[in-house]
Amino acid sequence: MAYSEKVLDHYENPRNVGAFDKDDQTVGTGMVGAPACGDVMKLQIKVGADGRIEDAKFKTYGCGSAIASSSLVTEWVKGKTLDQALEIKNTNIAEELALPPVKIHCSILAEDAIKAAVTDYKKKHDHPAGSSENAAAATAQA
Amino acid sequence: MSTDFSQDFFALFGLTPNFHLDPLALETAYHDLQTRVHPDKFAHLPDADKRVSMQWATRINEAYRTLKSPLARAQYLLHLRGVDTATESNTTMPSEFLIEQMEWREAVDEARVAEDADELEKLLLRLKHQYAAAIEEIERDLDKSHDYPAAAAAVRRLMFVEKLQHDLLDAIESLES
Repeated sequence: MAYSEKVLDHYENPRNVGAFDKDDQTVGTGMVGAPACGDVMKLQIKVGADGRIEDAKFKTYGCGSAIASSSLVTEWVKGKTLDQALEIKNTNIAEELALPPVKIHCSILAEDAIKAAVTDYKKKHDHPAGSSENAAAATAQA
Repeated sequence: MSTDFSQDFFALFGLTPNFHLDPLALETAYHDLQTRVHPDKFAHLPDADKRVSMQWATRINEAYRTLKSPLARAQYLLHLRGVDTATESNTTMPSEFLIEQMEWREAVDEARVAEDADELEKLLLRLKHQYAAAIEEIERDLDKSHDYPAAAAAVRRLMFVEKLQHDLLDAIESLES
């Protein structure tokens, strides 16, 4: 199958490959998998003191479209608040990468990975005894 | 033929709709049916009859392929029971399972890069145990406890194991060539 130029670009030069320490309190980790193709995706966000995502990393075992989708979203989430990151939809990803219908599940995987990473981060900060900023994050989730 | 197209694949072969299946019974029923609908037998009949025989032959082949593969058989049984395995849309696998899958992929990648054929064979052997365990679980869920959601989850896990097995065999083959 022919990949679009944007998919090839992300596939050949993936952005932000790597990992953060998953136990770091400023890090949120999302792990998702697509049974249909056996793809596994790990996406991590590092949240700054201002509540914005300052960095993101990913590791994906899967096809070119899955790698490109995760590479793209790590670029997109940087500088966003958690709520803004949650607004990224798989259709945005599929459109940007010009994914064919059979590869839409790769973009769904990337969207679910961000959601899982944000949920993981919020869970870490969901303590009533946390700092005011953490309490705000907990309220936002509730 | 007295049978109709709305029959499920198990009924078509006269088999009990269980996950556990006698491979020999399937082979026998398949060859028996195949002989009965062979196009040669319909060569002297009108085109309409020939078309029906072709449709039967296609359906019998599809039924055979579905029931022969444990994964396809499990998915088909769940489909008959009205359970969607959601293999396209369900991405929330248990996190321990996904972490383990990541580790598997990393191990396979490392062994492939290092061209370590022994390590690849060892991984394949370990994976075969996982495969067998998944099959056992599916059989328990489908035939004994009738816990279909649990069976669907086990089917999704088995799909990852099959993909890994495929990648491992590819890696081993590329080292041998």
